[in-house]
Amino acid sequence: MANQPQIDLSPKVSDEIRKTTCYMCACRCGINVHMKDGKVAYIEGNRDHPVNKGILCAKGSAGIMQVNAPSRLRSPLKRVGPRGSGEFEEISWDEALELAISWLKPIRDNNPEKLAFFTGRDQSQSFTGFWAQNFGTPNFAAHGGFCSVNMAAGGIYTMGGAFWEFGQPDWDHTKLFLLFGVAEDHDSNPIKAGIGKIKGRGAKVIGVNPVRSGYNAVADEWVGITPGTDGLFVLSLVHLLMRAGKIDLDYLARYTNAPVLIDAETGLFLRDDNDKPLVVDRNSGQLAAFDQQGIYPDIGATYEVEGKTHRTVMHQMADRYLDDKYAPENVADTCGIKAEKIRAIAAEIARVAFDESFELDREWTDFRGEKHTKMKGRPVSFHAMRGISAHSNGFQTCRALHVLQIILGTVEAPGGFRFKPPYPKPLEAHPKPHGNVTPCAPLDGPHLGFVHGPEDLMLKEDGSPIRIDKAFTWENPMSSHGLMHMVISNAHAGDPYKIDTLFMYMANMSWNSSMNTGGVMEMLTDKDENGEYVIPRIIYSDAYSSEMVAYADLILPDATYLERHDCISLLDRPISEADAAADAIRWPVIEPDRDVRGFQSVLVDLANRLDLPGFTNEDGSAKYKNYADYIVNHERKPGIGPLAGFRGDGSDTGRGDVNPDQLDKYIENGGFFVEHIPTEASYYKPWNMAYQDWAVGMGIYDAPEPYLFQLYSEPLRKFQRAAEGHGDRQPPEHLRARLKHVMDPLPIWYAPIEDSHVDTDEFPIHALTQRPMAMYHSWGGQNAWLRQLHGHNPLYLPTKLWEQHGFAEGDWAAVTSAHGSITVPVALQAALNENTVWTWNAIGKRKGTWALSEDAPEATKGFLLNHLIHELLPAKGDGLRWANSDPITGQAAWFDLRVNIEKVNAPIETQPAFDPIKSPVGTGPTNLKWKVGQ
Amino acid sequence: MTQLPQSTERKLGLVIDLDTCVGCHACVISCKGWNTENYGAPLSDQNAYGADPSGTFLNRVHTYEVQAEGAAAQTVHFPKSCLHCDDAPCVTVCPTGASYKRQEDGIVLVNEDACIGCGLCAWACPYGARELDKAEGVMKKCTLCVDRIYNENLPEEDREPACVRTCPAGARHFGDFADPDSNVSRLTAKRGGMDLMPELGTKPTNKYLPPRPKDQLEQTDMLAPLLDIVAEDTNGFLGWLDQQLSRLPGDNKQRGK
Amino acid sequence: MHPAPSVIIFTTLSGLGFGLLLWLGMASEAPTGWEAFAFFAVAFALSVGGLAASTFHLGHPERAWRAFSQWKTSWLSREGICAVAALIVMGLYAAALIFFGRHYAILGWLGAWLSLGTIFTTSMIYGQLASVPRWNTSLTSVLYLTLGITGGALLFGKVGIALPLLLLAGAVQIIWWLTGDKAFAARGSDLGTATGLGEGGKVRSMAHPHSSPNYLMREFIYVVGRKHSQKLRAISFILMAVLPAVLLLLPFSHLFAIVAVLSHVAGVAVSRWLFFAEAEHVVGLYYGMR
Ligand SMILES: Nc1nc2c(c(=O)[nH]1)N[C@H]1C(S)=C(S)[C@@H](COP(=O)(O)OP(=O)(O)OC[C@H]3O[C@@H](n4cnc5c(=O)[nH]c(N)nc54)[C@H](O)[C@@H]3O)O[C@H]1N2
Ligand SMILES: Nc1nc2c(c(=O)[nH]1)N[C@H]1C(S)=C(S)[C@@H](COP(=O)(O)OP(=O)(O)OC[C@H]3O[C@@H](n4cnc5c(=O)[nH]c(N)nc54)[C@H](O)[C@@H]3O)O[C@H]1N2
Ligand code: SF4
Ligand code: SF4
Ligand code: SF4
Ligand code: SF4
Ligand code: SF4
Ligand SMILES: [Mo]
Repeated sequence: MANQPQIDLSPKVSDEIRKTTCYMCACRCGINVHMKDGKVAYIEGNRDHPVNKGILCAKGSAGIMQVNAPSRLRSPLKRVGPRGSGEFEEISWDEALELAISWLKPIRDNNPEKLAFFTGRDQSQSFTGFWAQNFGTPNFAAHGGFCSVNMAAGGIYTMGGAFWEFGQPDWDHTKLFLLFGVAEDHDSNPIKAGIGKIKGRGAKVIGVNPVRSGYNAVADEWVGITPGTDGLFVLSLVHLLMRAGKIDLDYLARYTNAPVLIDAETGLFLRDDNDKPLVVDRNSGQLAAFDQQGIYPDIGATYEVEGKTHRTVMHQMADRYLDDKYAPENVADTCGIKAEKIRAIAAEIARVAFDESFELDREWTDFRGEKHTKMKGRPVSFHAMRGISAHSNGFQTCRALHVLQIILGTVEAPGGFRFKPPYPKPLEAHPKPHGNVTPCAPLDGPHLGFVHGPEDLMLKEDGSPIRIDKAFTWENPMSSHGLMHMVISNAHAGDPYKIDTLFMYMANMSWNSSMNTGGVMEMLTDKDENGEYVIPRIIYSDAYSSEMVAYADLILPDATYLERHDCISLLDRPISEADAAADAIRWPVIEPDRDVRGFQSVLVDLANRLDLPGFTNEDGSAKYKNYADYIVNHERKPGIGPLAGFRGDGSDTGRGDVNPDQLDKYIENGGFFVEHIPTEASYYKPWNMAYQDWAVGMGIYDAPEPYLFQLYSEPLRKFQRAAEGHGDRQPPEHLRARLKHVMDPLPIWYAPIEDSHVDTDEFPIHALTQRPMAMYHSWGGQNAWLRQLHGHNPLYLPTKLWEQHGFAEGDWAAVTSAHGSITVPVALQAALNENTVWTWNAIGKRKGTWALSEDAPEATKGFLLNHLIHELLPAKGDGLRWANSDPITGQAAWFDLRVNIEKVNAPIETQPAFDPIKSPVGTGPTNLKWKVGQ
Repeated sequence: MTQLPQSTERKLGLVIDLDTCVGCHACVISCKGWNTENYGAPLSDQNAYGADPSGTFLNRVHTYEVQAEGAAAQTVHFPKSCLHCDDAPCVTVCPTGASYKRQEDGIVLVNEDACIGCGLCAWACPYGARELDKAEGVMKKCTLCVDRIYNENLPEEDREPACVRTCPAGARHFGDFADPDSNVSRLTAKRGGMDLMPELGTKPTNKYLPPRPKDQLEQTDMLAPLLDIVAEDTNGFLGWLDQQLSRLPGDNKQRGK
Repeated sequence: MHPAPSVIIFTTLSGLGFGLLLWLGMASEAPTGWEAFAFFAVAFALSVGGLAASTFHLGHPERAWRAFSQWKTSWLSREGICAVAALIVMGLYAAALIFFGRHYAILGWLGAWLSLGTIFTTSMIYGQLASVPRWNTSLTSVLYLTLGITGGALLFGKVGIALPLLLLAGAVQIIWWLTGDKAFAARGSDLGTATGLGEGGKVRSMAHPHSSPNYLMREFIYVVGRKHSQKLRAISFILMAVLPAVLLLLPFSHLFAIVAVLSHVAGVAVSRWLFFAEAEHVVGLYYGMR
C-alpha cells in the first residue's frame, strides 16, 4: 500500500444540473442533465420523479448520444430530386413556412378534409388535435390505431381505464403478478422496478408469452402460449374459477354490472326514466337504479314482467363460461398449454386472491353512501400489452382479461390493478368522435373518442366514411384512436376520397411503422396519368435523417428533446401514478446549434399564419407566441390548462387561473408536478366518493361520475343488434355476419383472422417482433452507444424448427408469408413456443439513413418483419380484401402473421435490399472520444 | 504496487441478482456514460456510425439459456463487470504497477498514467473484465465507481456506482462484504451468492445470486382442491350462487356493519 | 488467443537470440574479433529485435521504462529486467571479446544465466496464466527453454549438441501439444462454472452482449479448425526438428547449416503461431466460443 496512487475521490461532477423529462421513449422518466461548460455531460435519473425515482434505462442514459447524433436534421428542406431519392435543398424557415401555408390555406378555405394530419410517437396529442380541429379537417389521429388501441379501448369500454400506461399493479401489496404479452411496454421503468420490488418480497410472477426473454425470463412461471390464443386461455381460467366459485360475489354485486338486468328481448339493459341501468335490490327485492343510495344489487336476480324473464349479466356469464368448451382439456391444444398447467395457474390465482386476501385499515365511503371501515385486498394483479392487443382478436381478448380481473375483485382493490389519474373515467365521460366539416371553420368537436352505438359512427349521409382512415365505420366501429396505418394506402387508392396534403409528424411511415413497407414506398412515389404524385403533397416533421424524410416534399426539422418545450399533460397521457396525479414538462436545457425549431412552436406559427380561431384573439392578433406560451396560457375550460400544477398564484392545483410563471415553477420543481391522492381515496376509485370529489377538484371530472365495470358491454350489443337488422343505421351486407359474431357483448375468443385467409398448412409458423429494451423503434440505431448493443437482429427459431430444418449457427433463412419474402440470419432460442419465430423490432435500417455508413450492419444484416405484413389480408375468393386488423377497433394485427421458413445459402445482405437514399446530413465520424468540459 | 494487499480494510463489491435481472442493458450504458465523462480517459468508440462499431465498455450483459433434461429452457441475463477479486491475477501480472488493489476497500484499479497498454492484465483476467481502449491505448476496467462512492460533491444517497443507481429492476446491490451485516453480505448468505469460476482461485468479491427455481407450479398437487366444483347438479352454479348470496353482507341481517 | 505478429516475432526471435547469447556466454572457447562480432550481431539483432517487436503492441511504448518496476510480482517485469541485464552483461562480454579479444568467463556465465533467465521469464509470462489452461503448465517453460537452447546451439554451430537437442525439442513440443489438448478440460472450467448456472442444466450462450465483436472477442477468441491445426503442427514439427536434424546428419555444408537454421526458425515461428492461435482463454466460455 506504500505507494498506492493518490486519486481524487471527489472530482467535480458538473457545473449545474438541469432537470427535465426523458424522451428516448414514451415512459417519460425524470432526468438530471449534468452540464459542463454549457454542454450536456452526463444524464442520470431524477430521484424525486414519480415515474422513475432515479432509475434510468439504457436509452435514457444514452440520451447524450442522441442529442449529439450526426443524424440530426439541420435546417428546413425542400425536395429537389424525385420523391424517395433524398435530394433536398436547405431553405430558410420563412420560405418553408410560406410554402406550407401556400398549400394549407387553400385547403382550409375549400376542403379542409383534404389535409390529413397524422402524428406518430409524440406526446402532445391534445395540442396537435386542437390544431387539427381548428384547421377543420376530420383527418387527424395519432399512432394509437396501429399501436395498442385494442388495449386502450378494451379497457375503457370494460372498466373505464386501460393497462397501457393508464394503470399499474399495486406493487406494494400484490403477491401474484401475471404479465401477458409484454416485452417492454410504455411504462417500462416502473414495470422493471415493480418486478424487482415484488421479487424482493418473494411474490410470484407468471409470464404469458410465446417468448421467454426480458420480463418473462425472470418470471417464476413461463407460459409459452401459442400466439393469438390468450383469449381462450383466459376464458378457460374464468371457466375454472367460476366453476369453483372462486369469484368475488360481493365485488361483482357492488361495483360491476353483473347484477344489471338485461332485457330478454333486446339484449340491452333495463333502464329507468333517467336512463340508469336497473338492478334488483336484494334488501327490498325491488327494482332500483344501479346507483341508488343504500341498495345492495342482487347478481342472482331475475325480473319477470309481461311474461318475460329478464336476467342479470351474471346469469348470462354463467351460461356462457361454464360451458365445457372452455374446459382446460378443450383449449389446451389450441393454446399450446398443458391442461394441468392451466388448472395449476387457475388454482394459484384462486389461492392468492382468496386465501391470501387482506385488509387495509382505511375508511371510505362508496357511491351508494355506504361507509366501509376497511379496504379489502385481493393480491393478484395483471398487466398486458401488445402481445394481446396486436392481434385481430385483441379487443375481445383484452376484455376477457379484464373480466378475469373483475370476477376476482382485483381491480382497484389493494394488491390488484390500480388506475392512474385521469383514470378511472367512465365511457360516458369520454368524448365521442366528431367529423362535421365546414370550410374555413373548426371541426365541430374533437376527432377521436368513444362511440356508444351505430349512431356515433363517422359516416356520411351516403354511408361512406367521413375520415380518410375509415375510422368509426362498420369495418371497425370502435376505432377510438383512428387508423394511422391505413392513411397512406387509402389516400393512394383515393378511397374513400383523394387528399391534397399529407402532413405527418414523428412517424417513420416509409419504414418501421408501416405494414407492407415496400408497398408504402411505392404509394408515396406513385404518379398519376398526368405525371403528378398520387398523394400530391407531403409535409413531414422529423428531428433526424430517418427513412421517411426522403418521401416528403417539405421537411420541418424538429429540435431534440433537450432543446424544446413539451408538455406531458393530464389532458393527454400524463405521468401520473396510482397514488398521485402528475404532469411534467420538457424545456430547452440546451439551445439548438442548428437551424431547427420545436415542431409544436412551428404549429403555433402555422396556426397564426392561418388565423386559426383557437389561436387567434378577438382583435385578430395571435394568442400564443409559441408552444411555451400556449402551455402556460391555453385554457381548455376556464381554469383548466395543459398543466395542472402551480396555477393561479402558484399555489392552485388542477383548477386555477393562468400563472405566467408556471414554467419556471415547474423547472424549479424538477420539471414535474405531483398531487397525491388522499389515503382514503387511494383504492376503489371508481366508487370511492373521496376520490370522486378529489378528481372534481383536480379538474379531472366536472362532477362525480361513479360507474360500474362493464362485464357486459352495451355498446357492443348495439352494434351486434344492428347487424341483426335492428335500427336504421345498418351495416353493409358483407360485414353483417362478421359484426354479429365479433361484437359480442360478453368476451369471446375467435382465431386470429389471418388464420382463415391463409393456408395454415402452408404457413404453419407464427412470426412476431419484440421491442429491445435498449432501443426505441427506429431511432436507437443512430445512437453510437446503443447500436453496439443491437446493430443487427437475427430471427430466433425454437429448437423444433431449428432441428427440423437442420440449421447451424451463422445460417440464413428465407421467410415467406402470403404477402412477401425476406432472407435473414437465424439464431436458436430454446425458450420459445415451438411454432413461433421472432426478431427484434425496427433494428433494420435503409442504406443512407440515420447518418450511418451504407455498409452498417443495420442495413446489411438487420431487417424488418414489416415486409411480410400487409395492411390487407390476402384475397380469399369473396372478391374483397379484408383489413389485417381487429374488426372492432381497426387495431393493426401485426402479430397475426403466419410464415414458412426455408434454409438458404447466405446472401451478401438481407433481402429485400432497397437502393440507398442520399443522406441530407452525410455520415457520422468514425471515431468517438466523447468528453466535455476538458 | 502489484503486490496484493494481505487483506483490505473493507471489501467493496457488487451483488448481482440473476433472478431479477431483465437484461435491459441500463447498467451497461450508465456505466459507459459515467466513465466516459469521469475517471481517466473517455471510453472511446471505433466505427461509431459504420460497419462493426466497437467501443470500450466496462460492463456487458450476456444472455444464456439453461435447460435441464425434460424441462422448459430458461433464459438468464447475465451482467458482467470486474469482480474485484481478492486474488486478482490481473494485478500481479502488471509490469508497471499501473494495476493495483486498493488497501482500504479492495477496489482493483488501473492508474492510467502509468499504464503502458501491454494488455497482459486483460489476458490474466478470466472474466473478460478489462478492455484496452483503442483510442487512448490504456487499460480500462470497472472502477466500482470509486469517483462516485466517496464523492463529496454528490448527495449521500448518490454515492453508489452508476450502474447500481440506475438498475431499473434493482438487480444490482453495492456494499461491503467485509461487514457480515451489510446488505450484500446478508443477500449473499440468504440467497446462496456464488463465485464465478471458483476453480481458478481468483476469489472474486462480487457475488451472483442464482435464479430461483422456476416452473414449479404444475408440480404441486396441493392446489387441486382449490378448484373443486361448487355444485355438481344441473343448475349447480346458480344454486350455489343463491346460497352464497345469502351469506353476503348484502343480506339484510349482515348489512350496515 | 489472437496470434498477433508482434508476440509471435517477439517470442520466436528473442528466444533464438537469448539462446545464442546463452551459448556464447557458456563457450569455453569463445570467438573473438570479427567472428565474435558476427555472432554477437546476430544474437543482439534477434534478441533486441524480438524485444522491440514486443513493444509494437503497447498502447504507450514511451512509458515502457515503467515495466521494470514490478519485479516482485510480475513476470513481464522480471523478463524486462532479465533481458536488459542479460543484454548489458553480454554487451560487456561481447565488447571484451570483439575489441580486446579477452574472454571474461565469469561475465559470460553470468550473461548466460541471465539469458536463460530471460527465456524462462518470457515463458512464465504465458505459463503463469490460469486463464489460458493450455499455457498454464511448467511444460511451457520447458518448451521455451528447450527451443531457445536448441535454436542457440544451431545458430552457434554446435552440431554435435544441436542434433540431440533438436530431437529433445521435437519431443517436448509434441508432449506440450498433447498435454495442451487436454488442459482446458482438465482445468474444469466450462460455461456452467463460468456462469455458476451449471447446476440448473445445460448452459448455452444465446446472445452476445453486443451485436458486433469487441476487444475481448478479437483478443481472446480465435478459432483454428482441428484439421488445420494438425497440418500446421506437422509442418512446424518437420521444420523445427526433422528437417534440421536430417540436414545436420548429412555431411557438413554451410548451405545445409543455413537451411537447417532457417528451417528451425520457421518451424518455431509456426509453433508460436499455434501457441497463440490454439490457446483458448476461458473468457471465450462467456461467448459460447472457446
Ligand atoms: N413489425 C412491427 N412493426 C411495428 C410494430 C411491431 O411491433 N412490429 N410496432 C408498431 C408500433 S406499436 C409503433 S408505435 C410504431 C412505431 O413506429 P414509428 O411511429 O415510426 O416510430 P419511431 O421509429 O419511433 O419514430 C418515428 C420518427 O420519429 C422521429 N423522431 C424521433 N424523435 C423526434 C423528435 O424529437 N421530433 C420529431 N419531429 N421526430 C422525432 C424519428 O426520427 C422517426 O423518424 O411501429 C409499429 N410497427
Ligand atoms: N425500449 C423500448 N420501449 C418501448 C418501445 C420501444 O420501441 N423500445 N416502444 C413503445 C411502444 S410504441 C409500445 S406500443 C410499447 C409496446 O410494448 P410491448 O407491448 O411490450 O411491445 P412488444 O415489444 O411488441 O411486445 C409484445 C410482446 O407480446 C408477445 N406476444 C406476441 N403475440 C402474443 C400472444 O399472442 N400472446 C402473448 N401472451 N404474447 C404475445 C411478444 O413475444 C412480445 O413479448 O413499448 C413502448 N416502449
Ligand atoms: S424508460 Fe428510458 S427512454 Fe423511456 S423515458 Fe424512461 S429513461 Fe427515458
Ligand atoms: S440494469 Fe439491472 S436489470 Fe438491467 S441489465 Fe443491468 S443488472 Fe440487469
Ligand atoms: S475480475 Fe478480472 S480484472 Fe477484475 S479483479 Fe478479477 S481478475 Fe482482475
Ligand atoms: S495494460 Fe496497463 S494495467 Fe494492464 S498489465 Fe499492462 S501496464 Fe498493467
Ligand atoms: S461500478 Fe461503475 S465502473 Fe463498475 S460496472 Fe458499475 S458503473 Fe461501471
Ligand atoms: Mo406503439
